Amino acid sequence: MKFAVLINEGPYTHQASDSAYHFTKACLDKGHDVFRVFFYNDGVNNGTRLTVPPQDDRNLQKNWTELAEKHDLDMVVCIAAAQRRGILDENEARRQGKDADNIAPGFRISGLGQLVEAGIAADRLVVFGD
Amino acid sequence: MSMDEQTIDTEVVKKFLYVNRKAPYGTIYALESLEVVLISAAFDQDVSLAFLDDGVYQLVDGQDTKAIGMKNFSPTYRALGDYEITKLFVEKESLDERGLTEDDLMEIMYEDEDDDWAEKPSIRIVSRTEMAAVMADQDVVLSF
Repeated sequence: MKFAVLINEGPYTHQASDSAYHFTKACLDKGHDVFRVFFYNDGVNNGTRLTVPPQDDRNLQKNWTELAEKHDLDMVVCIAAAQRRGILDENEARRQGKDADNIAPGFRISGLGQLVEAGIAADRLVVFGD
Repeated sequence: MSMDEQTIDTEVVKKFLYVNRKAPYGTIYALESLEVVLISAAFDQDVSLAFLDDGVYQLVDGQDTKAIGMKNFSPTYRALGDYEITKLFVEKESLDERGLTEDDLMEIMYEDEDDDWAEKPSIRIVSRTEMAAVMADQDVVLSF
């Protein structure tokens, strides 16, 4: 089956990103396709490489990045939601005149159309939120 | 499979339902839900909106946000008809539980192209049981 995943909450405050990670990993391990993982609302905060969680805790951003690398997973951060919350890639940082970017490896910034497209293309869109 | 190998069938029309459960201000969910709804209109999909729990407050008439310094985005709901988004299901029990009636909601109309462009209300008040049937009828349900 072809899945798409939507994550609407940031890391650590809510379990949404953890649950979505375990779900996505299980899908891939079982041989299903994951068309896209889309990060929206505070979910965009999963895509910063600047988080420093305690060493004895899980590192959500690292987990996502490694999963993406292993499975060639398409992980998209909503541009409008990201701009509000200070998640920038190199291009956006330059375009907005900011002095730094913070997008983590494996994530890319794009528009909400990518979410709608994922809903159309996937057999199931699974939403993880509050 | 790489992105290049994936093809999207643009002819597919799916039934999308956006479920709105939160008050319009206090959190950003209502505003960012509306932003997805507007984008989805460009994809020619069969879009419906559901309003339940505190989400029914999103449609209350006469919103004034001056004192909280936030933009009043409620007029956008009245423009949804122009994007051919004409099905706004509002749960009656959620209205009742909050002391609201249909008269407290904005008038949101659309022009029915299949009926000589007659003006018709987009808001449909449905029972909790009917709302469950609306949800069961969808291909894609996004909850905010």
